[in-house]
Amino acid sequence: MIETFNAGLALLVLALAIWTVVARDTFAAVVGFVAYGMLLTLVWVQLHGVDVALTEGAIGGGLTGAMLIAAAARLRCTEGAARAERPGVATRLAAALVAACVTAALAVAVLALPEPAPTLANETAANMAATGVGNPITGVLLAFRAMDTLLEAIVVLFAMIGVWSLAPDRAWGGRPGPLHRADPDGILAYLARVLPPIGIIVAVYIFWIGADLPGGKFQGASILAAMWLLAVMAGLTDAPPVSRTWLRVALVAGPVVFIAIGAAGVATAGAFLAYPDGLAKPLIKVIEWALLPSLAVTLALILAGAPERPAR
Amino acid sequence: MSLLDLFTVIAVCAGAFFFLAGTVGLLRFPDALTRLHALTKADNLGLGLVVLGLLPHADSVLGGLKLVAIWLLALLASGAVSQLIARAARRTDPRR
Repeated sequence: MIETFNAGLALLVLALAIWTVVARDTFAAVVGFVAYGMLLTLVWVQLHGVDVALTEGAIGGGLTGAMLIAAAARLRCTEGAARAERPGVATRLAAALVAACVTAALAVAVLALPEPAPTLANETAANMAATGVGNPITGVLLAFRAMDTLLEAIVVLFAMIGVWSLAPDRAWGGRPGPLHRADPDGILAYLARVLPPIGIIVAVYIFWIGADLPGGKFQGASILAAMWLLAVMAGLTDAPPVSRTWLRVALVAGPVVFIAIGAAGVATAGAFLAYPDGLAKPLIKVIEWALLPSLAVTLALILAGAPERPAR
Repeated sequence: MSLLDLFTVIAVCAGAFFFLAGTVGLLRFPDALTRLHALTKADNLGLGLVVLGLLPHADSVLGGLKLVAIWLLALLASGAVSQLIARAARRTDPRR
């Protein structure tokens, strides 16, 4: 029974992926991509990767989906011209060839994996006690592979700087995105008043539970960012000008704390990002608490877009 | 099979039926407003019945409350979003 479900799920994911690539209309392709992200979330649940499923749902489907919808809305006026353009046969053949080669290389790489596949899961499980954390994913992310997580947090910051770099000169330092006006008694304003208190509790819960069960800062931060954006879109509040000092401090505080603790590890534990014995869990907690607000602000500002209005 | 299992099977099947009916409505109804009507009415009832059916199998009272909270949040989201979509549909086609 469950095999039938899994096979159906896999077929549906493949069909939706093909449809997303083939769809000529940008908006339709984006809707397909969001649905694809949601189905992929189910796939990760079936693979028992609940942490990945949560991240896929929050960031892969939700946050990226919202960004792509905004991009599709902006591209609408040039859509006709883009659709009328058709690459030559040679270009399309070359693209098909490259895509087929990449797919074939990936397939060979997956099929050539030894049986059983190489894994560090046993060593991770054996050394989990040293971290004091109950959720092995959190242990891997913040102790065994803390470097990856640090770079991940910094990459998100770089992505936001990339978005900011699209600002026109006259708007630099101003407020990101268009000014949203909604009916103050309308349904959007109502939702933006009712949902954020619930959303904030869910976000903090997902963040808090991350030490022992699936959850964590990335998932919690994206829910916080979504709640803030909902209030902005309903016109209840406005995005802050990107020149504000507190905003800049909030953006870099998380990575700075992470790097500081990592650097302290050189003196106290003999390696960058190593934690002294017995202090692993408190230090992981400090890093997580510092990263949550920074990630939430960064993700929200990526979604809010480039500065386009003067501060006043 | 205990009575509770029977209840679960019946409620979840009824929920799945409403999902099916909502999907058929989404595909078959003629315009945006009727399609929204089919989708939200049937999905809310469908998810409600699925949650109702799963309640006897919740691990704890807290787990059951979480299931109910998911249903309530889906109600709130689908109700609000369908109003927004309906308003946008009316704006682009003022004949309605």
